Amino acid sequence: MYKLWASTYKEFLLLTRDLGGLAVLFLMPLLLVITITTIQDGTFKTLETSKIPILLVDNDQGAVSQNIQENLNNSNLFEVIKEPSEQDAQHSVQKGTYQLAIVIPEDLSKDLQQKVSDNVTDILSRFGMEEAAVPAAKEVLQPKEVRLYFDPATQQSFKSAVRSTIDQMISQIESQTIYQAFQEQLTEDASEVIFDTRHFITFKEIDPNNNEKPIVPNSTQHNIPAWTLFAIFFIILPLGINMVKEKNQGTFVRLRTQPVSYATVLGGKTLVFLTVSLIQFALMLLVGIYLFPLIGLPKLEVSGRLPLLFVVAFFAGLAAVGLGLLLGTIAKTQEQSAPFAATFVVILAAIGGVWVPVFAMPKLMQTLSNLSPMNWGLNAFYDVFLRNVGFVEILPKIGLLFGFFIITTLIALSYNSKKNAL
Amino acid sequence: MIQISQLSKKYKGATDFSVSDLDLTIEDGEIFGLLGPNGAGKTTLISMLCSLLKPTAGSFTIHKLDYKNNKNQLKQLVGIVPQEYALYPSLTAVENLRYFGSMYGLKGQLLKNKLTEQLEILGLLDFAHRPVKTFSGGMKRRLNLISGILHNPKVLFLDEPTVGVDVQSRTVIIEHLKKLNAQGTTIVYTSHHLNEAEHFCDRVAIIDHGQIVCKGVPKKLIEAHENADHLEDLFLILTGKALRDHV
Repeated sequence: MYKLWASTYKEFLLLTRDLGGLAVLFLMPLLLVITITTIQDGTFKTLETSKIPILLVDNDQGAVSQNIQENLNNSNLFEVIKEPSEQDAQHSVQKGTYQLAIVIPEDLSKDLQQKVSDNVTDILSRFGMEEAAVPAAKEVLQPKEVRLYFDPATQQSFKSAVRSTIDQMISQIESQTIYQAFQEQLTEDASEVIFDTRHFITFKEIDPNNNEKPIVPNSTQHNIPAWTLFAIFFIILPLGINMVKEKNQGTFVRLRTQPVSYATVLGGKTLVFLTVSLIQFALMLLVGIYLFPLIGLPKLEVSGRLPLLFVVAFFAGLAAVGLGLLLGTIAKTQEQSAPFAATFVVILAAIGGVWVPVFAMPKLMQTLSNLSPMNWGLNAFYDVFLRNVGFVEILPKIGLLFGFFIITTLIALSYNSKKNAL
Repeated sequence: MIQISQLSKKYKGATDFSVSDLDLTIEDGEIFGLLGPNGAGKTTLISMLCSLLKPTAGSFTIHKLDYKNNKNQLKQLVGIVPQEYALYPSLTAVENLRYFGSMYGLKGQLLKNKLTEQLEILGLLDFAHRPVKTFSGGMKRRLNLISGILHNPKVLFLDEPTVGVDVQSRTVIIEHLKKLNAQGTTIVYTSHHLNEAEHFCDRVAIIDHGQIVCKGVPKKLIEAHENADHLEDLFLILTGKALRDHV
């Protein structure tokens, strides 16, 4: 125990003597989380508060185009700018000045009205309700096409959302026109309500936890856990370098000649670097709670969840340290350990769902994400932050993190024993 | 007593043995010099005796203990002063010694007294709280020596302990080693300073190509060869003048 304490104290001294390294260890993750959250929060706010300017070419000049324009304005997503020429609109979108142009065809209102009216008259005559004995020959109407021009740089998700919104709008206009045609045919009194045109089917979003209004996770609640984990796992970089340095300095050779086990040496490193990861986590929380509101970002809500959050951070820290110990044991030079550590953490983060949600990944990557300790940690954090679960529910995830620490440390011990023991 | 029997070491991928069927006995309280050109096998032999390398064949015991069955006892018994400065540059001299001393189980006042005493003897007390990275080569060598002797080892292995230091530092180191030997520590050391070895060692062994080519009391070995006036002459007669560059 005394040797473990001495090893821990030595690691503490080594860490604190490198003030530049220490600053990087604590400040860079904070800088990272502030930058990413600000960028992502800006994106959320753009969608929520500022409108996307789009062009509308109204060749119809009728009730339907008027309706479409009103609906677009009322959607709070778009700022509609009228453009008389389809060619000019196409050119502006092509240049990237606008992300979208909507072209409403000529006579859309008139032809829609005509088509619906013909259909209604036809239906009513079949029921013997239409007075005209011999219906006039129908004019053949060509289907109408609303054309959408998208900026080639526009993301697919935006295109889908716009298509869906406009499709919904047109369906609504069509059905309203049908109701109106029936109304006109069935009664002389325009004020008489024959059809209840309110939506019969509506939807309500319910929080699966408490059946109340769902908690909408803001950019802070998404980013703090994700980037904290990224920072915690980045600890493998300084830890790997620390161990490789010992080999290069010759101090590791001296330790091998002394009556101290490799497990004790690793134990000292584990305690210090685990503490570092917990301090990193605490700093991240403090930034989320106190600094973010001051710079206009959403506040991190942690009330009642702190103990569980630290439990997750503790086991995530252990997993990261285990990986660092393994890397430091195997690597022979800093040229091996540093680039590998940096790249490997980025890969773990990518497949762990830090950047792209796991559900949005290809099938193969979704399977691979189950192998990333960052994914286990991230899910455990989301469980606590967003799903309000208890200790029992996060047990499988922190169990995986602990298992990962045990396995990586055992491999490190076994590798060292195989390589260095007599 | 160190008893080495048929000890061999062949590195992975090497064509020749670095140490080959080596038999040697070093008595308690001796100062024994392992001399030889570069690549002769001196460091390999010491590394095996200090548990840093696994022998390919053969065995050895130190005070009747072997590494396979008494690893920790043996490690407590021996001290090593490696050729490289095995020190943490960002830690102070005291912090380095405290750490390495505690790995031998030394603690509290005993550890404090021992490291203060050694720092004083080797002229480093005034620099005790300075980071090692600010030390000169000679100061690092002396601190390297203290790190290996804090726990009063029965057997001390030194791999070129005076390489690259000035005459003053070398004299202090050699004098201190003589004192340790006088207190009962067996010393096994390698060196390229043959004049130093001639005067310092009770017995020497000249090694070449992993084998002992001659061993004995330096004075007697020199007397036995009529063309040799010093150990260096004998060394060149036995190992030749060809360069021994190794890649």
